[in-house]
Amino acid sequence: MKELKFAARQTLPVLCGYIFLGIAFGLLLQQAGYGWGWALLSSALIYAGSMQFVLVQLLGGGFGSLVSVALTTLSVNSRHLFYGLSFLEEFAHMGGARPYMIFSLTDETYSLLCGVRVPPALDRKRTFLCISALDQCYWVTGSLLGNVLGSVLPFDMTGIDFAMTALFVVIFIEQWLSAATHAPALLGLGFGLLSLLVFGPDAFLLPALVCTVLALGLLRGRIGPAVDPPAKEADAP
Amino acid sequence: MNALLVTLPPYAADLAIVAVVALCTLLTRVLPFLLFGRGGRQPAPFILYLGRVLPAAVMAILVVYCLRSTGFSAASGFVPQAAGVAVVAALHLWKRNDLLSIAGGTAVYMALLRLL
Repeated sequence: MKELKFAARQTLPVLCGYIFLGIAFGLLLQQAGYGWGWALLSSALIYAGSMQFVLVQLLGGGFGSLVSVALTTLSVNSRHLFYGLSFLEEFAHMGGARPYMIFSLTDETYSLLCGVRVPPALDRKRTFLCISALDQCYWVTGSLLGNVLGSVLPFDMTGIDFAMTALFVVIFIEQWLSAATHAPALLGLGFGLLSLLVFGPDAFLLPALVCTVLALGLLRGRIGPAVDPPAKEADAP
Repeated sequence: MNALLVTLPPYAADLAIVAVVALCTLLTRVLPFLLFGRGGRQPAPFILYLGRVLPAAVMAILVVYCLRSTGFSAASGFVPQAAGVAVVAALHLWKRNDLLSIAGGTAVYMALLRLL
């Protein structure tokens, strides 16, 4: 299948990141006393990297009530609220795959789907589905590997997860080079750094996103004309 | 709710926690589609505008997010990150080959982690 081959190449950086972050998660889970079933269950059903690291702390009931578990999850994952907005139309055409596409929209999958240029010879929907499904396969595989093999893994791959940072930098540059206006990128960068200084590394993400969305909203009159499609052609791919 | 977790056998309480985390994660992902993407009607132009400008802004924020723990008290805290990002950017502007840029930057980062 040409789409799968293309998706495999596109997802290679996420493979590096997810396998090794997954191993770290699986290992942590194993050290907390939870076997491969738990690794499989959480990576298959939750599928949210940073939240699963928090989950290890929550398991065992040390954290208190299910309500606080729910509130923690909602706040850690609140950034996802904004990701769907970019794919409202695209996913609407994906038929039976739509629920899975929505479920599996992680940071990395979102970035890949935003950045990917599907060759005209390939089926776009199938390519999208392959990218999303492969990413989750990597994550599940990594967490199982870490959980089962754990500390037996002989090689020191510390730092390989920088591949994910590098992926975001590459997609940022690609979007910068092709953008009609740099205002959104600059607003994101500015509010990201500002929020990091004000709120610190553990709490800056949501304020940064909220401020950026507000600023993008207020500046729509200035930015909108550069990015809005010409009237009537909104449906052309 | 507290009482519920205490009275359940440990594995059942853990299953409940996994289920709640899974459902709440799904909720954050599905909410924009429930609010703006249903019923066959076109989402409001403002929402579509946000969807178009957000990727560039989010990508910048995610780069900051990945580098959020960078510290400036010792060279080993920021040199690998700075050099890694610089190599990724330079390679990418030069060759426009994403895998080359990512592999090069990651290799430099990993090497500097071990050298510093």
